[in-house]
Amino acid sequence: MSNSVSTGKPLPTAAAEQSHRQRMRTVVRSVGMLPVLIILGILIQAGCIYFTGEGRFLSWQNMSIVAQQASINAVLAAGMTFVILTSGIDLSVGSILAASAMVGLIVSRDFGLLGIPAAMLTGLLFGAMNGALIAYVRLPPFIVTLGSLTAVRGFARLIGNDTTVFNPQLPFAFIGNASLTIIPGVVAIPWLVVIAFLTIVVAWLILRRSVLGVHIYAVGGNESAARLSGIKVGAVLLFAYGASGLLAGLGGVMQAARLYAANGLQLGQSYELDAIAAVILGGTSFVGGIGSIWGTLIGALIIAVLTNGLILLGVSDVWQYIIKGVVIIGAVTLDRYRLRSSART
Amino acid sequence: MPPSPETAPILEMRHISKTFSGMRALNDVQFSAYAGEVHALMGENGAGKSTLMKVLAGAYAADPGGEIRIGGKPVTITDPLGAKSAGVAIIYQELALAPNLSVGENIYLGRETRRGPLIDRSGMASGCGDILAGLGATFGPGTLVADLSIAERQMVEIARAIHAKSRILVMDEPTAALSNRETRRLFELIGRLKAEGLAIIYISHRMGEVYELADRVSVLRDGTCVGTLQKGEIQPEKIVRMMVGRDISSFYKKAHSGFSAGKLMLEVTDLTDGKRVKHANFSLHQGEVLGLAGLVGAGRTELARLIYGAEPRIGGTVKLDGRAVHFRGPQEATENGLVYLTEDRKAQGLFLDMTVSENINLQVIGRDAGWAGWLDRRHARQRAESAIKTLAIRVSGPEVEVGALSGGNQQKVLLSRLLETQPKVLLLDEPTRGVDVGAKSELYRIIDDLARAGVAVLVISSELPEIVGICDRVVVMREGRTVGEVGGESGVPITEQSIMALATGVKLEQRAA
Repeated sequence: MSNSVSTGKPLPTAAAEQSHRQRMRTVVRSVGMLPVLIILGILIQAGCIYFTGEGRFLSWQNMSIVAQQASINAVLAAGMTFVILTSGIDLSVGSILAASAMVGLIVSRDFGLLGIPAAMLTGLLFGAMNGALIAYVRLPPFIVTLGSLTAVRGFARLIGNDTTVFNPQLPFAFIGNASLTIIPGVVAIPWLVVIAFLTIVVAWLILRRSVLGVHIYAVGGNESAARLSGIKVGAVLLFAYGASGLLAGLGGVMQAARLYAANGLQLGQSYELDAIAAVILGGTSFVGGIGSIWGTLIGALIIAVLTNGLILLGVSDVWQYIIKGVVIIGAVTLDRYRLRSSART
Repeated sequence: MPPSPETAPILEMRHISKTFSGMRALNDVQFSAYAGEVHALMGENGAGKSTLMKVLAGAYAADPGGEIRIGGKPVTITDPLGAKSAGVAIIYQELALAPNLSVGENIYLGRETRRGPLIDRSGMASGCGDILAGLGATFGPGTLVADLSIAERQMVEIARAIHAKSRILVMDEPTAALSNRETRRLFELIGRLKAEGLAIIYISHRMGEVYELADRVSVLRDGTCVGTLQKGEIQPEKIVRMMVGRDISSFYKKAHSGFSAGKLMLEVTDLTDGKRVKHANFSLHQGEVLGLAGLVGAGRTELARLIYGAEPRIGGTVKLDGRAVHFRGPQEATENGLVYLTEDRKAQGLFLDMTVSENINLQVIGRDAGWAGWLDRRHARQRAESAIKTLAIRVSGPEVEVGALSGGNQQKVLLSRLLETQPKVLLLDEPTRGVDVGAKSELYRIIDDLARAGVAVLVISSELPEIVGICDRVVVMREGRTVGEVGGESGVPITEQSIMALATGVKLEQRAA
């Protein structure tokens, strides 16, 4: 091909407008729900000062607590982001977290640190089973993971004989309770937060810097086009659910490390809902193909800030539920309007 | 003059025009139908047949100035329900039945009879049982529609029309999915309906059927009614000429030397998928643009997808560059230098939420990537920028989302993605569908350049002028088979008439038109 085709010059005005609109969209997308998070923080701090006389919310100590509270949910939500980007859903992460924590604790009693890989492998295995059923048997994700939500919960109870498993000498308990010292005596970051942050960074690298990431967005954006352009859709789905399971296993390690204990019945109950809420709050589209892992991080922080703030304000447990639900719906509604106004014509 | 049932048409459409965002789809069309006649409506794909019928169905509103009269009275049809109450029933190719409901429930859909607050099932069953029996149906009102064949489902639609006391029945390509025997039975049924005084508007591409059934034939071309033939005047040749007779404008480009120069790149023998493609044969040479023509539903897209490995093959052979190949998926085909451009770029081609650069690079990022699939973003950007330049894609930069582009530019992005894989064989399915005239002529030039660069190009198109304008040879398909070839060594000139004759199965005698 020669330059005989390149007769057209871009129309200056249309192109400029297009690029301006594009830049606006990029800004809107990357900022996402950050304003909501900031406004929430300010409101809660103001509430604390008004009701209790001191700004307990915005203190280093409390921020560290919020970050720890957000960390397990952020890890689960990172896996959920992969899944929802492929236009799927994973309802089983709470149960997988419980099963992995049980396995991790039981193994740790005899084999010490090997509990960590054992827990994560358990998660990966259950996730891969979900993925195989969805990718190769072509069952709907909602149904597959609804089934494993129940079945894996049963497995978690089974391996602990339906009792709580303790390990007071848990060799990896530091993960849940100690901090990584950056500057001795001044800056220390809880290990939970370090792990969550690293998870987010790795997820970002996969999604935005690897071929696999492009394929995940492609499958979620247009599955038939992905198939027709030679993307191995099955392998992509298998990865997404496998990753979600693996990260649920990591969440299990984190949870067990905090408590020195795990209970197959109670651990991780309805964690999947918080993870899904974080992803959706982060602006990831439920139909797949659109979204970012940074949004998910902000979503997880919004949930943690809200929970923490409502406790600080002394709001009763009952009202906490109601307010949390309303905020989730409200924030997503806001997001819809915001995106629509900047959406393509 | 008072309308008498003998002379006044039951349906009159006068001065019907329809403009879609500046493009004229219908231009001052007159159309009428009498009770007790079969009026066939013919025309090439895109000539305006469906648009006209959609105006009648109330799916589209005609431009002001037109008028529809039914039974002599002017009517305004604004929605499908209005069409129904005006006595118009339309049976589309895609039948509009709920397969999970029974025959009776489908016939009564939206007009269920009630006894008190409850649905009156037995009353409904007996109400439509007679109609079904009258049509010669072998199933009853209680049968589940999902258990019926296509022909039987069509019968349910007809029963629904009769039950709604329709006086005008439109059938859009009713025999497209029927076997010969089922077609015969449908024709008998049409004869009976005609005798009962229904006006039947019959849309079909199949010359034989129209010849057999129609009392009158109207031909549409480019949104204009070019004429109506009475029973005695209906001749297949005449109809074909009416359908295609137009000047080929000059924007086609054919500067490459054609197939005589190139070596054989793709040879397809007896290829079949057991469904829509039966015994397809053709060959394609380096530097050649081969047209694949045929009517909608002839199996062209299916054939291309079969070669590309997107559908499972059950018989036949494909030789690529002298080597027998059997691709089990698009990935394998692409790796071997054969790519396919889908006819439906939005649903099956592009990722509208992703950027121009991502779309262009999608099929080569794997080749470019480093360790663990690390994206080579600099290379991707270079590829995107050079593709934007070579194909003159009008976009402000490679990071713009594809969904924001016009149809023609979207098509160029999709084409760029394929070209980045450096294919030896390109299968282009409706490459200019839904793009404006300017982009069309650019796409023709790109295709011509590709052929000059030695790529073997297959172009599937429903636009005959396009096929005639850019192809060196044309293979024609009909009902899943390749039925002939024009141009090249066949000695038959590539004209719309010669292609149409093969596509519809009419033997045209060789003579000066």
